[in-house]
Amino acid sequence: MREMEGKDMATATKNSRSDAKPAPTGLAVHCRGVTKHYGAGDNKVMALRGVDLEIAYGQLMMLVGPSGCGKTTLISVIAGILDRDEGECSVFGVDYETISQRQRTLWRGQNIGFVFQAFNLLPTLTAAENAAVPLMILGEGRHSAVKKAEDVLARVGLEGRSKSLPSQLSGGQQQRVAIARALVHQPRLIVCDEPTSALDEHTGHSVMRLLKGVAMAEDRALVIVTHDARIFSFADRIATMNDGVVTRVAAPDALTH
Amino acid sequence: MSYVALRMLLGDKLKYLGLIAGISFAAMLITQQAGILVGLAHQTGAFIRDTSQADIWLMDPEVRFSQDALALKDTLLYRARSVEGVEWAVPLYFGFVKMKLPDGTRKVVQVVGLDDATLTGGPPEMVVGQLSDLRKDKALLVDATIMDTKLALRREGGRPLKIGDRVTFSDKQEAVVTATYKASRSFFWEPMVYTTYSRAKQLAPTEPKMTPYVLVKAKPGVDLHDLTQRLEAQLGVRARTNAEFDRATVNFILKETGILINFGMAVALGFAVGALVAGQMLYNFTLDNLRYYGALKALGTTNARLMGMVLLQAAVVGLIGYGIGVGLAAGLGTLVAKGGLAFLLPWQILVLTAGAILVICLASAGLCLSRVLKLEAAAVFK
Repeated sequence: MREMEGKDMATATKNSRSDAKPAPTGLAVHCRGVTKHYGAGDNKVMALRGVDLEIAYGQLMMLVGPSGCGKTTLISVIAGILDRDEGECSVFGVDYETISQRQRTLWRGQNIGFVFQAFNLLPTLTAAENAAVPLMILGEGRHSAVKKAEDVLARVGLEGRSKSLPSQLSGGQQQRVAIARALVHQPRLIVCDEPTSALDEHTGHSVMRLLKGVAMAEDRALVIVTHDARIFSFADRIATMNDGVVTRVAAPDALTH
Repeated sequence: MSYVALRMLLGDKLKYLGLIAGISFAAMLITQQAGILVGLAHQTGAFIRDTSQADIWLMDPEVRFSQDALALKDTLLYRARSVEGVEWAVPLYFGFVKMKLPDGTRKVVQVVGLDDATLTGGPPEMVVGQLSDLRKDKALLVDATIMDTKLALRREGGRPLKIGDRVTFSDKQEAVVTATYKASRSFFWEPMVYTTYSRAKQLAPTEPKMTPYVLVKAKPGVDLHDLTQRLEAQLGVRARTNAEFDRATVNFILKETGILINFGMAVALGFAVGALVAGQMLYNFTLDNLRYYGALKALGTTNARLMGMVLLQAAVVGLIGYGIGVGLAAGLGTLVAKGGLAFLLPWQILVLTAGAILVICLASAGLCLSRVLKLEAAAVFK
């Protein structure tokens, strides 16, 4: 099965190199005219109405805007866990529509790290085991995966807590475990949904410093959905969304002034 | 990911134990009820198995089961001895007769009369005395295991019937308890007593020149199937091997008494209850973990692997629950059997229960998978 997955992975990579449209130079994420709706008939809701967004390599992009403006839908499309209706969207040159669902899942496992608002840590796994899950998904043995996860946990300041269950950790510590899980397999794109919403300002800043310090590199990108104005200063660019479209992309200074 | 699946399952002790309890309960119910059914069925053929010195039973064509003895002409015995392939043939009396105990209470008993010369067809094990004691005057063999229960003298304070006690048949023919035996436990309630063929015919009010059964032994190397056909063709009676007569008796009792339907329903009920309890628990377990499955999906776990995880969880609870359930049923069954009630656990019941538990687990896992596989990974952001 692992061989098969490797084969699928190779196909996905090949597609990204030859069949898919080549990404514009210097762009990790390229979206143009992306639309997405939910429901049908009278209940039809347009979540995205033609989003244009570009995220460069090495960039931390924040998505801000009122609730229901389409931020979560947009990161779901970018992360490949939701199909768009129309438009173009490629991540590191891969257009998800050119590969199968299975290939997309495998590609996502290798290239994208997630930090969920609700953490979604498995309650019966220890911190290290939770952080090791992406490696285990990629087929790495448990002992080796947990060892690597313990190293990452140490980098996020959770040395000595690797054997704790999520229920034995504070909210901030759980968030760090979630971040370790997003980093452990060294993905090229990290997608975070409200990573600081449950944290106090001090812990929130600490988490952001961590994300920016550990996750960012020239060949990577970071997208963060947030309402938390306290962390805007950590962004390289901030995209403001309203009613399903990106209305403005600017540096944090421009936004706060 | 098998490790993750197992940790998800075993990590929540309460839910895990609930799941195991549900499957164990189903397995126990199915095994126990099926074991009692098979035990009862086995008991119906006890008399035939205990009378296995011969190979073939000759009987009236209308006989449906062993205790349904109908009379044949005495002369049939001599005709049977002359059929090619017959080593020997002896008469066997069987009938229900009213017996008066020493304290005056009356019981209906099954009287078995053995060939006077050879005593062929006697009980498998003697407890006190010997089979040859039947040759003594008025001798009667009584089941040792019921002398202090079914045959206890209630009007004498429950005193057990004992060797030397005198009993009366049909209010006039006296017999003496001479020896005791131990036989296989029978489905039929009435106590069974043994005597000689000629004495049995005196004790029981029956036609003088009639015999209920003739037991036939085949010569070495003779095919039993061929011999039964020959006996039936030449004598105009029904000839059944021990196994055929046993099977006919079991089938008749199971069908005509409703036992099969009743216990079949109990087994089906066990299956249904088990399926509902275990299915719902497994389904709830999956629902409780749905968001984690969603997270795993988002993190790159394929549907095939998620399917493997759910099936592994179902297989683990199925195997453990099956083991505990069957173990409990076997333990309870052994206790019950020691107390004299019917219980048998042949390998076929273990296979049946395993099949039922497999169906329950697969159905539950299928239900869970329908939710897990349809789950949108994007739900993790909601």
